[in-house]
Amino acid sequence: MSSGTEKDVEVKDTTEEHSENITKSDSMSKGEAKKFYEEKGLDLSPDVPVKPKPIPTFEKSLADKISSKFGDKIHVDYVRADRIRATTKREDIVDVAKFIRDELKYDHAESVSGVDYPDSSEIEVIYHLGSYTDEKLGRQIFALATRVPREDIPNPGSDATRTPSLRDVFYSVEFHERECFEMFGVYFEGHPDMRRLLLPEDWADIPPFRKDFKIKGR
Amino acid sequence: MLKELLNQDTAPHATNVLVGKLGDVLIRAVGKPFDMAINWGRIYSLWPVHLETACCSVEFGAASSPRYDVERFGIIEAFGSLRQCDLIVVMGTITRKMAPRLRMVYDQMPDPKYVIAMGACAITGGLYFDSYNVLPGIDGILPVDVYVPGCPPRPETLIQGCMLLQEKIKRTKAK
Amino acid sequence: MTTQLPPGMHLETVDDKIMTLNVGPQHPGSGHMRLIIKVDGDYIVSCDPDPGYVHRGEEKMAEYRNYIQNIPHLERPVIHDSSNILYPYCLGVEELLGIEVPERAKYIRVIAAELNRCIYILYWLAIYGIFLGHSTMFMWPAGDRELFIDLLEAMSGARVTHAYLVPGGVRNDLPSNFEERCLRQVEYFEKRLKEYEAVFYQNPLLRARTEGSGILSRTDAIRLGTTGSVLRASGVDFDVRKKEPYDVYENLDFQTIVLKEGDSYARSRVPYLEMFESCRIIKDALKKMPKSGSVRTKLKPNPKGGNDEVYRRIESGRGAIGYYIVSNNRPEPYRVKISVGSFRNLICMPYLLKGEKLGNMPAVYWGLNYWPVEADR
Repeated sequence: MSSGTEKDVEVKDTTEEHSENITKSDSMSKGEAKKFYEEKGLDLSPDVPVKPKPIPTFEKSLADKISSKFGDKIHVDYVRADRIRATTKREDIVDVAKFIRDELKYDHAESVSGVDYPDSSEIEVIYHLGSYTDEKLGRQIFALATRVPREDIPNPGSDATRTPSLRDVFYSVEFHERECFEMFGVYFEGHPDMRRLLLPEDWADIPPFRKDFKIKGR
Repeated sequence: MLKELLNQDTAPHATNVLVGKLGDVLIRAVGKPFDMAINWGRIYSLWPVHLETACCSVEFGAASSPRYDVERFGIIEAFGSLRQCDLIVVMGTITRKMAPRLRMVYDQMPDPKYVIAMGACAITGGLYFDSYNVLPGIDGILPVDVYVPGCPPRPETLIQGCMLLQEKIKRTKAK
Repeated sequence: MTTQLPPGMHLETVDDKIMTLNVGPQHPGSGHMRLIIKVDGDYIVSCDPDPGYVHRGEEKMAEYRNYIQNIPHLERPVIHDSSNILYPYCLGVEELLGIEVPERAKYIRVIAAELNRCIYILYWLAIYGIFLGHSTMFMWPAGDRELFIDLLEAMSGARVTHAYLVPGGVRNDLPSNFEERCLRQVEYFEKRLKEYEAVFYQNPLLRARTEGSGILSRTDAIRLGTTGSVLRASGVDFDVRKKEPYDVYENLDFQTIVLKEGDSYARSRVPYLEMFESCRIIKDALKKMPKSGSVRTKLKPNPKGGNDEVYRRIESGRGAIGYYIVSNNRPEPYRVKISVGSFRNLICMPYLLKGEKLGNMPAVYWGLNYWPVEADR
C-alpha cells in the first residue's frame, strides 16, 4: 500500500514540472499561442478567474452564530453565496450537529461523502445539510466536515478510522453512512446497522474509493 | 438405443426416464422433416426472462411499446416466471454482485434456452471497461447466441438481433 | 456434509409464522434490486433493501477522466433522464472553471431538461401501469414518450443518451424549424395528458389499491430526508427549481405541485401533474428564448479546476440531484460525489412497507419514484 502512495506522489511531481515547462514555453511564444487559440475560437482567459466575491450577509450571520457558540472547536472554511462550510474535530461533531439542527434549523442531510487525503493521512467526511422547514434556508447548504485518521493497511470496523455517527441527530444519514463505511472504511460509532450496502458480499479488497485503490489499467 | 430399452438389464426403472428415452428415440426416428416443424414452433414463441441488469432495460421496454412492438415478430414481452422461459436477454452491465444471480437464473431455465447479449457492457464491458465492479462481458459465464451492439442499442437493433436469433434457431438441429 | 450456498444466502431456522421472501433481482416487481421481506401471513413485518446490483463505480471512474471525458459515463445511471443528471455536473464545473454561459444556451438547456423530465415520467408511469396490471397505462405513455424522444433526437442526434449539456452551454444549436415542431408536440401532449386522468387516475381499481396505503406523514418525510415527488406528495413545498433557481428558471412561469395526503395515490399523482407544469415551462421558454446567438462558451483544451470544491443541485424527475466536486489543480476532478434522489428515497422503503400488505408492495415501491441504476451509481 505504501508503495502505491509513493508512486502517486511521484506522478504528481512530474506533472507539476510539466505544467511549469508548458507555462515557460507559453511565455516564449505567446503571440503564436494567442493566434492559435483565436483561430480555434477558444477562450484565453485563465482557468479560474480570481475575482473577489462579496461575502453575503445572511450566510455570514449564520457562520458567526456557530463560531461564536463553539469558538476554537469549529473552523469556518468559507462563506459563499448559499454555501457555508465548517470543519470540526470528530469529538465535537455531535454537539455541533445538534446545534445546527436545533438553533440553525437545518433538518436533513442531503449527502455524506468521504474524501481521501493520503498525503496528510486523513479521510474527510462531509455532511451536506439542508432545510425543508425554514423558508429562508431553502437555498442554503451547510457543509459540516470532520477529519478521521487513515491507516495505510485498512481494516474496516476495527481500526482507528472511526467517527461518531450522526444518525441520532439527522435520521436521513443512515444509508449514506453505510455507503461511506464500505467505500472508505470509516466506521460510524453508534450507527445501529453498519453493514455493507452496495458492494458484493464477497468483496475482500481494500475500500475502493481510497486513493491507493487503483482501477484496471490506470 | 432401442435395443438398450428392450434389454431387461439395461432398461430404466423409473417411468419418467423411460419416457425421456422414448422421446429421444422418437426424435431420432422422425429425423429431419420434423426438425423444421419443431424449430418453426420455437422461433415464434420466444419468451424472454424478466431480468433487468442495467440501463438497457429502458430500451427493452421501449421495444415492446406501440411504436416498435416486438410481439409481431413472435417475441413476447418480458415474462415473470423463469421456469417457463427460453430466452434470456442480458440487458447491459453485469456487475460482480449480479453475476452469480445471472448464472443462477440461467441454470434454472429449462432447455432449450438462448442468450442475447444486449449493449456494449454485456459484450465487452463497454464504457465501464476499467471499473472495479463490472465484468468484461458475459461470455465468461453464459454461452451467448447473438450480440446486439450499441450503448444502448436502439429498439430496431434489438429487433434485428432477435430476428438473427430466430434465423439461428431455424438452422440448428432440434434436440 | 453441508452444501455450498451462493453468496448472500443463508439457511435460516424454520419459523412457522414469519417467512422470508427474496423479492428480486429476478422478479417482475423489483427491477435491479433485492428486497428481503419478512411476512406474517399477508402482512409485511420488516423489509431490508439490498441495492448495489448495478454499482459500477461511477464516482471512482470520474477521478481518472478529465472534466469533458466524464460527460458520457455520468449520464448512464439514468439514460432516460440524461439531461437532468448532467445538469448539476455542468453547473458545478462551470462554477469551478469560472465559465459564463450564453443566454440562449440557458434556455435551450431548460427546454432539454424539461423534455427529458417528461420522457422520464412517462417511462415511470408506463412501468407503474404494468406493476398494477393496467396494460393500457403501459401502452399509452410508452407511445407518447417516443414523440418527445424524437424531439430530443432532433436536438442532439442520439435517442436516449444525448450528452447534450456540456460545461459552457449545449453541444449544438437547435435544428431549424424546431420551435414550431416542439410547440405543436407539446400542445398535442397536453390534450393527451387529460385522457390519462380518466383512464388511469379515476380508475376505481387503482384508487382502491393505492389510496390510504403507505402513508408518509409530513414530519417523517422531512426527518427521513426524502426528496422530489415523495416529499411534495407529503405536503412539503420544496422544489429546487423554485427554491434555488438555476439558469433561467426564475424567469419562467410555473408552479410547484404539492399534495397533502402522503399516500401511494398522491405519490403517483405528483409526477403526473408535474408534466403539465413541464409543458408550461417549455412553452414559456420557447417564447422568451433569444432567437439567435451563441450556444456554447468554448473551453480551453483540458481545463483545470483550482484548489476548490463546489456543491450544486438541481431538481430531476426523481428529486434533487447534488454533485459535490473537489478539484486540486489538475485536469481530473479529485473527487466526485453524486447525491441522487433515488438513493435518498431508499430509506423510506423499510419504513413504508412495514405493516403493509404484500400485494401493495409494487405500488409502494414504484410510487417512491425509485430507479435502482441511479441509486447504485
